[in-house]
Amino acid sequence: MKKTYKIEVDCANCAAKMETAAKKVAGVKDVVVNYMTLKMKVEFEDGADEKDVMEQIFKVCRKIEPDCEIYYK
Amino acid sequence: MTKKQKKNLIRIIVSSVLIVILMFLPVEGWLRFLLFLVPYLLIGYDILIKAVKGVVNLQPFDECFLMSLATVGAMILAVIGDGDYLEAIAVMLFYQVGEWFESYAVGKSRHNIAELMDIRPDYANVETESGIEKKEPDEVGVGTVIIVKPGEKIPIDGIILEGNSMIDTSALTGESVPRTIHEGEDVISGCVNLSGVLKIRTTKEFEDSTVSKILDLVENASSRKSRSEDFITRFARVYTPAVVFSALALAVFPPMINFWFLSGEAHWAKWIYRALTFLVISCPCALVISIPLSFFAGIGGASREGILIKGSNYLEQLSKTGVVVFDKTGTLTKGVFEVTEILPENITKEKLLYMAASAEYYSTHPIAVSLRKAAGDSCTIPSDVSEIAGQGICATVDNDRVLVGNEKLMESNYISYKPSDICGTVLYTARNGIFTGIVVISDVIKSDAEKALCVLKGAGIRKTVMLTGDGKAVAEQVSSKIGIDEVYSELLPENKVEIIEKIISAKKQKEVVAFVGDGINDAPVLTRADIGIAMGAMGSDAAIEASDIVLMDDDPMKISKAVKISRKCLRIVKENIWFSIGVKVICLILGALGIANMWAAIFADVGVMMIAVINSIRALMVKNL
Repeated sequence: MKKTYKIEVDCANCAAKMETAAKKVAGVKDVVVNYMTLKMKVEFEDGADEKDVMEQIFKVCRKIEPDCEIYYK
Repeated sequence: MTKKQKKNLIRIIVSSVLIVILMFLPVEGWLRFLLFLVPYLLIGYDILIKAVKGVVNLQPFDECFLMSLATVGAMILAVIGDGDYLEAIAVMLFYQVGEWFESYAVGKSRHNIAELMDIRPDYANVETESGIEKKEPDEVGVGTVIIVKPGEKIPIDGIILEGNSMIDTSALTGESVPRTIHEGEDVISGCVNLSGVLKIRTTKEFEDSTVSKILDLVENASSRKSRSEDFITRFARVYTPAVVFSALALAVFPPMINFWFLSGEAHWAKWIYRALTFLVISCPCALVISIPLSFFAGIGGASREGILIKGSNYLEQLSKTGVVVFDKTGTLTKGVFEVTEILPENITKEKLLYMAASAEYYSTHPIAVSLRKAAGDSCTIPSDVSEIAGQGICATVDNDRVLVGNEKLMESNYISYKPSDICGTVLYTARNGIFTGIVVISDVIKSDAEKALCVLKGAGIRKTVMLTGDGKAVAEQVSSKIGIDEVYSELLPENKVEIIEKIISAKKQKEVVAFVGDGINDAPVLTRADIGIAMGAMGSDAAIEASDIVLMDDDPMKISKAVKISRKCLRIVKENIWFSIGVKVICLILGALGIANMWAAIFADVGVMMIAVINSIRALMVKNL
């Protein structure tokens, strides 16, 4: 399953860091963060719960980028 | 401006004012330090916090870390030295100004591009028994009847059930002349209905409709990274640690060498100051932001012109194009048969056309269709029509016995005719046993084809090649007329792939071979070429899938435009790379030698970034290329 979320982030480098961090979350197959369009495209592993995974992604992203935002609710 | 930008702008202004006031206050010692600490913390608290967090999360080498290290160092030097806190605060202040500008400029161009691509329909008017209901486009199923009022966007691809109107396709094709549409025609989503109310039966789901396909393509374009972008990412990864360690070396080794080996004074403060200057200069922000921004702007500008580029990598490739290979039909020619020449014999042109078109009145053959189209409404219904297979038609028109067909028809009716060697399909005609002249029907060359090729050559394309399944004579006539360098004719679709491979293996190093086709039965060639450009692809899914660049309409001028856009964009990228790295390297050297102070360092960082960003935005301006 693939889904796209709107995000809020300040710099290109931060977006790249979010991408790297989000890729390591369990249940995530692939993540592409597009700084220019402010979108995060997440491909979930089969059977992964979207809400749980997104909460995890949000948590790790907040850790490296305290003022980032992911609109997943 | 976003909330955050407003807040930061206020921070910048307040701390600037504070600094100016403090400079005139006659306070000394610790009080002075504490007073100057106020604007420093005000302007830099978030950077300092981020730097600490970075260290805690074991990802220390980022801009915030560099800035914090440099400014804290400068503050400490000022405390133990001359009490000049201004430099440290100014570095932080200008860094913030740079950040603010970056965020503003990126936001602005993001907004600009989003506006350009504002083709997403917000709703669909669904016709129900109780009237019209507004629905989300993705809730509308195939086969639903929707109403599009004047001024509204067509939300979903479909077929017109009722109504005639003009539609504005400019958001998709860049073509500013509105198109007239009638009942029974297919319409694609994303166009704006201009005049009449349209009743449309949808033929696709919203997510399969043209508008969704295009949006998806454009939005994902910048995630396919070009080599320049990859280079910058790798560069930044190596660069920041390298700079930090060189700064450390600069702070430690020269004083030690001075002290121990040259038995002079260590001058710790002087060298640490130089090392800090070094750190300030070193921020890679100018590169990190301006390169993706240039590509983004280039792709955005191109989409506005009806040129969809599927990724930054393709934009980069396109700029290196040296050979352009064209498919003839549908690309350089219209792919429709038209009457191109009428050579009458003792009869007027109009009369000849009228006669031939009337004789072919009942035929559905493409040639008959084009004859009738050329004659317009002035046809009459013939009688005694007989079709002679492989020869032509024999019919009575206005009491004259008319023959229309090939040479064989003339010969079998013993008519003395003038054979013609004109390319295309030649129709010989006779009236009551006497030859009346010929009508030539052929595929028409697009009006802009010649100009397009000329412009391509002007843009630095080394060679142009044309591939076609048509006969040699037709192929050569077309190619000499529009100025193609090399022609391959009588090809089957699989031969085209072979030829492309041959051209690719013969190309110069680093050169790119582009193939332009209309996407109908040349998908394998589109895929095989270094760059596949599909033309007139509006609504054709296969072509959009197979190609790297999609031209929404079939204007051949768009090919050269696409090449020019890519060249401009890549030139800007290169300018930015050389300019940013160049200025930084010079400043780094000057800084290490102690010639450039922290003020020069701030320029090297923030100034260069601003100039690079402004330069990037130029990539968006492609209208007059």
